Amino acid sequence: MPFNAADLGAIWLTLKLASVTTAVLLVLATPLAWWLAQTPSRWRAPVAAVVALPLVLPPTVLGFYLLVSLGPHGAIGQFMQSLGLGLLPFTFGGLVLGSVVYSLPFAVQPLQHAFEAVGKRPMEVAASLRASPLDAFLTVALPLARPGFVTAAILTFAHTVGEFGVVLMMGGNIAGQTQVVSTQIYAHVEALEYTQAHWLSAGMVVFSFVVLIGLNLFNARRTRVVL
Amino acid sequence: MVVKTKSLVGLCVLLGALFAGLCQAGEVRVAVAANVSAPMQKIAAAFAQDTGHSAVLSFGSTGKFYAQIRNGAPFQVLLAADDATPARLEKDGLALAGTRFTYATGRLVLWSRQPGLVDGAGDVLRSGAFGHIAIADPKLAPYGAAAMETINTLGLLATLQPRMVQGESIAQAYQYVASGNAELGFVALSQVMLDGKISEGSAWVVPVDLHAPLRQDAIVLATGTGNAAAVALVAYLKSDKAHAILRAYGYEFPR
Repeated sequence: MPFNAADLGAIWLTLKLASVTTAVLLVLATPLAWWLAQTPSRWRAPVAAVVALPLVLPPTVLGFYLLVSLGPHGAIGQFMQSLGLGLLPFTFGGLVLGSVVYSLPFAVQPLQHAFEAVGKRPMEVAASLRASPLDAFLTVALPLARPGFVTAAILTFAHTVGEFGVVLMMGGNIAGQTQVVSTQIYAHVEALEYTQAHWLSAGMVVFSFVVLIGLNLFNARRTRVVL
Repeated sequence: MVVKTKSLVGLCVLLGALFAGLCQAGEVRVAVAANVSAPMQKIAAAFAQDTGHSAVLSFGSTGKFYAQIRNGAPFQVLLAADDATPARLEKDGLALAGTRFTYATGRLVLWSRQPGLVDGAGDVLRSGAFGHIAIADPKLAPYGAAAMETINTLGLLATLQPRMVQGESIAQAYQYVASGNAELGFVALSQVMLDGKISEGSAWVVPVDLHAPLRQDAIVLATGTGNAAAVALVAYLKSDKAHAILRAYGYEFPR
């Protein structure tokens, strides 16, 4: 057995974190992506830039700011405490929040492109058939943008599985709460346990390869169908 | 035109002096354990002034340095956070036999940013008047291992375990306490000491009989063979001047 109990726990927690993050992000990103795809507002450019920030910022920067702002001296942390809620660093909920920020562009951008590809025309036709805007969105735009949802879900999931810097900064390495595969690999390397590091790392490589090949095959099939 | 020629001559003289300086003075690349980063910067500055050699410092964790040195990292001297890693490098043939020595012994401290939270005897650990206690990962960091040993010696593992958060290094454990996310934590005395005093908050310097000594060893690596600056740095680290700088950060020396 190449994995010990802590490794298996980390694998399970990583899958759980990626699943929860993907679910949360699809719900949050859909209206945001729709707004970005449709709006003529002058706020569009700055909002799009904020959404893209996690692409260019080092994850340790995100993790550091999250640790400080969610902590007892930070603005968000004090707000949480005033509501009688617990603090988020060192908790699974904190990691979900961190992952949502970290993976935000990977959910929003594919959805936004899918919505842009749908265009205004189908919505106008639906409106002329007296569909309410919400009705038209749910029955016309969403089904047409389905490939965008698949891409967004796969990328968000895979990107969250690979998350490291944010977790390292605000996790606290608690088994079953914040100990994920990437931090476990790091710990193995630091502790000179190279065999275990190899097993987990190889697993990550295979996983990422399979995900990307799956995404490519999915996209290729879709293109053929469209053509 | 005259001015131009003059400045050109001046430039040549300057370049000549620089090259001459480079020929005499050597350079040594040093891998430095993160917990000694502050005193080592001061020591490196004094070393450059006193000897003309320059020490280029890289800070990081000892475990990472070990992996990097095994894979050909261009360091000539390692200042480790423990005594096991230099010994292992010597056994691996990656360091020069006979150059290993303890350059400082570290002290562990239970520290909080809140004044008055940590008492002078560490009784706060029993009172449980806190939400989180930070330590460095005992598997990765010698100061984490010493913290765990202290907790075990005091028989408090079961009490503290549910509140324990681990940083991947002693620097991160410090960050958890400094940001207030953990009310207190076991950190290196050097991190909270400035000019021989605890700089803020409240602290309990853990008595040495509660854990194995935090001996920090240095060694000249195989890549440092024949490097005059490396030899000079090792000698400098044993000098009173270097000891005085280290002592101001709470380090001690084997007699």
